[in-house]
Parts: sequence; structure tokens; C-alpha cells
Amino acid sequence: MTVALHDKGLFSWSEWAQALSTEVGKPDAAADGHDYYEHWLAALERLLASKGLAAKPDVDAMAEAWERAAHATPHGKPILLENDPEFESAP
Amino acid sequence: MSHDHDHDNELDPFAARVRALETILTRKGLIDPAAIDVIVDTYETKIGPRNGARVVAKAWNDPAYADWLKRDATAAIESLSYTGRQGEHMQAVFNTEGTHNLVVCTLCSCYPWSVLGLPPVWYKAPPYRSRAVIDPRGVLDEFGLTLPAETKIRVWDSTAELRYLVVPLRPRGTDGWSEEQLADLVSRDAMIGTAQARQPA
Repeated sequence: MTVALHDKGLFSWSEWAQALSTEVGKPDAAADGHDYYEHWLAALERLLASKGLAAKPDVDAMAEAWERAAHATPHGKPILLENDPEFESAP
Repeated sequence: MSHDHDHDNELDPFAARVRALETILTRKGLIDPAAIDVIVDTYETKIGPRNGARVVAKAWNDPAYADWLKRDATAAIESLSYTGRQGEHMQAVFNTEGTHNLVVCTLCSCYPWSVLGLPPVWYKAPPYRSRAVIDPRGVLDEFGLTLPAETKIRVWDSTAELRYLVVPLRPRGTDGWSEEQLADLVSRDAMIGTAQARQPA
């Protein structure tokens, strides 16, 4: 996803490297690196929010919708956002 | 998170946030999920250390190419159709009898994707990123590579703009080998600098 966004010219790779190294270099980063992908996600979220492409409240709400959708999906079936009981189709 | 009964699916918060981002960006027309699948497939199956191994083998067999690789690695590598997505520049660093090269990214995990594919987990982990600079000899020891005390170790710190490819020493006893045979001796780790080229069997 990060590479696809970069291909679209939404940020430069230097901006991305800066965002990622800020997250990875935080003092609470795990010594064994197991939280690397959490830092990756945090860096991407922060960068997208700063560019006005995906605001944090929108991401929070959408993530909750996905979790509700997962709960409402029978085991073994693909989780679809439409399964969210509060689902409203995209504007 | 509560569980109503055993048959619920559950997304952990990480997976839910990744899906949320993907949904928001797709709805805005900023990304195409199909394009992401292509990118993932490319890096998982098509691009890998075989690319870099071909660069190294060509340099071993062709002095003019080796010279070009030394002067302008970006162009020399592009001539084999291995192009960096991020427009980053490449520098090839050649091991010699007296000097061994080791590549790290102390800030995050910059890596020469176009020639080596996806980075190994240890490359992204803090112990390697910090210790490769402080104690490169100790790190190499842990990789099973013990260098003579008189061999100098140069550590190259990658950035978003500049990535490094180590050209290991050509193993003895490989005179007359084809590039294809030689490429089989070049491992991913040898091109990061945590190993040497394999010896011919």
C-alpha cells in the first residue's frame, strides 16, 4: 500500500523514510523489532493524516466498522465491510 | 474485545486499521487494490536476490562492467533492467583481500529492493541496526563469518536516496565459469555483507 501511494506521487520516498525512522526510533520501540510493522502502520497513518489524505477520526471509525463487520461474519466466510450491521454504502 | 460465541471472526486492531486505511484510500480513488496485489506479487515472487547475484556475476566476468558498476552503479544495474521504484541511487562496494564491506540502515530499513527483493527480518531489527555500526566484527561472528584481524570492515549506512550492494570476492577455482554458474555462488547475505560468496563445491 505504501509503495502504491508513493507511485501515485502522494509523498516522496524521503518523506516516507523520515516518517518511518521517526516511529522506529522512538524510545519505546521493542529491542527485538517485533513491533516493526506497528511502527510502519503508525508512520503511514501519521504521514497520510499530515497530507490530509486520511484523517485519524475517519480511520478510527472505519477500523471500528471493520471490527464490527468481522464479528458479524460467520466463521469461514470472507469478512466484508458490508457485514457491518451499521454499514452505510460509500457516499 | 468481547466474544459473543465461538464462531465470530475477529480482526485484531492492527489488521482492522490496515483495512480501514485501504478502504478510505480506495474510496477516494487514491489506490487500487488490484495494483497493490501486483506490487506484492512482484516483490514476493519476481524480484529477489537473483537479480543482485546476476549483477555480481557479470562484474566478476566482465572487467568493463565491473568498472562501470564501480563508477555508476545506478546506470550499470539499470542496464540489466533492474530499476528502483523509489528512484534511489545505487552504489556498489567491492570487497578486497584487505577490506570487507557491510551494509546496514541505522535509521529504518532502507534496502536495495530492485536487486535484493524484500529485506530479511533481522535487517529491520534494532539489534542489527545498532550493533552493525558499534561492533561489526562481533555481528559478523554471529553470522558465522570470522574475518582475519587485519581485514578492515567498512560499514555503509543506507538512506532513502542511496542504497548499497556489496560485491563479494570471487571465490578461487571458478576460472572459466559462466555468469549463470557464478550467480549461484552469490547469496543475499553475501550482497549485504554478512557472508562471503559460496565456495565452489
